[in-house]
Amino acid sequence: MKKIHVFASALALTAAMTSNAFAGATLDSVKKKGFVQCGVSTGLPGFSSADNKGNWSGLDVDMCRAVAAAVFGDSGKVKYTPLTAKERFTALQSGEIDMLPRNTTWTLTRDTSLGLNFAGVNYYDGQGFMVNKNLGVKSALELDGASFCIQAGTTTELNLADYFRANNMQYTPVTFDSSDETVKAFDAGRCDALTSDQSQLYALRIKLGNPDGAMVLPEIISKEPLGPVVAQGDDEWFNIVRWSLFAMVNAEELGISSANVGEKMSSSDPNVRRLLGLEGIKGSGLGLSDDWAVNIVKQVGNYGESFERNVGAGSSLKISRGLNALWNKGGLQYAPPIR
Amino acid sequence: MRSLFFQILLVAGIGFFGYTIFQNTLHNLEQRGISTGFGFLDNEAGFGILMTLVPFDETYTYGRTFLVGLLNTLLVAALGIFFATVIGFVMGVARLSKNWIVSRLATVYIEVFRNIPLLLQIMFWYFAVLRPLPGPRQSIKMGESVFLNNRGLYLPSPVYEQGFWLVMVALALAIVASILIARWAHQRQEKTGQQFHTVLVALSLIIGLPLLAFLLAGMPLSWNMPELQRFNLTGGMVVIPELAALLTALSIYTGAFIAEAVRSGILAVSHGQTEAAYALGLRPGTTLRLVIIPQALRVIIPQLTSQYLNLTKNSSLATAIGYPDLVAVFAGTTLNQTGQAVEVIAMTMAVYLVISLGISMFMNWYNKRIQLVER
Repeated sequence: MKKIHVFASALALTAAMTSNAFAGATLDSVKKKGFVQCGVSTGLPGFSSADNKGNWSGLDVDMCRAVAAAVFGDSGKVKYTPLTAKERFTALQSGEIDMLPRNTTWTLTRDTSLGLNFAGVNYYDGQGFMVNKNLGVKSALELDGASFCIQAGTTTELNLADYFRANNMQYTPVTFDSSDETVKAFDAGRCDALTSDQSQLYALRIKLGNPDGAMVLPEIISKEPLGPVVAQGDDEWFNIVRWSLFAMVNAEELGISSANVGEKMSSSDPNVRRLLGLEGIKGSGLGLSDDWAVNIVKQVGNYGESFERNVGAGSSLKISRGLNALWNKGGLQYAPPIR
Repeated sequence: MRSLFFQILLVAGIGFFGYTIFQNTLHNLEQRGISTGFGFLDNEAGFGILMTLVPFDETYTYGRTFLVGLLNTLLVAALGIFFATVIGFVMGVARLSKNWIVSRLATVYIEVFRNIPLLLQIMFWYFAVLRPLPGPRQSIKMGESVFLNNRGLYLPSPVYEQGFWLVMVALALAIVASILIARWAHQRQEKTGQQFHTVLVALSLIIGLPLLAFLLAGMPLSWNMPELQRFNLTGGMVVIPELAALLTALSIYTGAFIAEAVRSGILAVSHGQTEAAYALGLRPGTTLRLVIIPQALRVIIPQLTSQYLNLTKNSSLATAIGYPDLVAVFAGTTLNQTGQAVEVIAMTMAVYLVISLGISMFMNWYNKRIQLVER
């Protein structure tokens, strides 16, 4: 299946006959087909996972919904393509999806040689380790000689190798295509530790047969800024995705939420009025309607709401804001001003 | 003249089509800012691989990951072809057995395994059979130094010490001598009709001579035993469960098809041949070896060729259970880390094409050799 997928995408690249499909074309094609085609993970609670009715939810899914709300005024106009880590970039390169918010780490290589652009960071993460409590391990430095379940084609694979090389330790990688398979293998004892971005470890722990039997080690061995990715060469679309995220962060900073956006419309604060499209450049710079940000906040919520609902206190993951708090609350989430 | 013109036109058309696609791809890749070319093969890979037949660690290049993946694919294909052939011949003959229970058992085997999709069988062996084995600390012990657990089968590995080359030389000598003896015995039988126990002599030479050298050289061999460390067993050698599951599924699945090919081949030899051989006074074993099998092979070989090709190509299903074959390592991780889909997929396809054509050429050569030579 995966093989076919990658192959088909490679073929699509080969056969794409139009010489220059890009430069402003994504917004047009999205409007024409009437929905945003969004590449998400194959199932990662809190970030992108489908319930038993096929409805997707999560922090990354909210990114897709925000863009749909900005473009169409309707956050429901999204179609999802579940992708494994291996498939994701080819899918975006070949134009099969319009955007890729799929817990993807922003790196120099990916930004420069894949024909992709990272539109921002919607979750600051770092790689961690999960082990069985009965192993008696308290620190990652005690893991010399252990074997690790990892997902193929991720920065996780590279960080793990770097970490063990830097500390002169031995390890055995056991690599699977999807994060589900890595969890199953870890659960069955095929490996001693599961390594992935720490947020994912909390999400994957829920899937274990006995979640309380496993613990996440304190070490964070890497920087993993995760963000939505778009294809290179269409600045207009890049701006829309980037500012949809910024609108959510700015809304939180200005205290605008899905609950109070109606009354904020009569606010006299010029910052609020500019975000809500009542004055300033409004939607024209992005080629969208003036109420683009209103629609995002109304239908998806601000960044804080989305965070708490999907991965924070309102979810089963209970991840604290940490690095993902606003810049003025001790975190890193900082959006340029809308003016 | 006219047909020649159209043929040239067709070739030119196909050539132009290929050229256009090639140029278009390059153009599109450049347009989208995607790196092209094979320069990435020299870059450091930076990730580890579960099983490697050649030395490999994070500091080796992407080119090396290609070699690692290729060798893992060749290993599983070669072992798979060997086991599938053995299983196939045994089961094919067993299905024709006069013993009711033997022939029924063979029939059940063939019909069951031939008709279940291969991917399901691979998953069955991996998830249902090998996964539930105990962990490293509760390993099943077989003797003092063989351990079986859900991380694999751990065996002692041989360590060759000084003087072991003597044993290798003895083995080579024994093989050469056996070939010469076989040739001499064959010529003598042609001339005088006297038979010689070639197999017995050759066997005792090939086993006895190296053994003698081994003892004379003072037993220059020791064993590296697997030992339980904090997390895993280390030392010795290990057969990982991914390889075991893939190999078992491929051999059993393809073996069922080969069994049918063998059965059809044997049935294709008319019964009159057997009766004629008996009439000449040949015993049943000799009849099978000298009369039936050579004729049956003519029918079996072409089918066998396509089964070998299938097995090799099916080995790419390895990626479903995480066996690090060419598709999983190179067309998987390497493709993803470098993003050069077109180059990586092209190289991978070329490899399967070359392997398949290689098997095909060998089997065609063998087929030609055993064809009926009309005098």
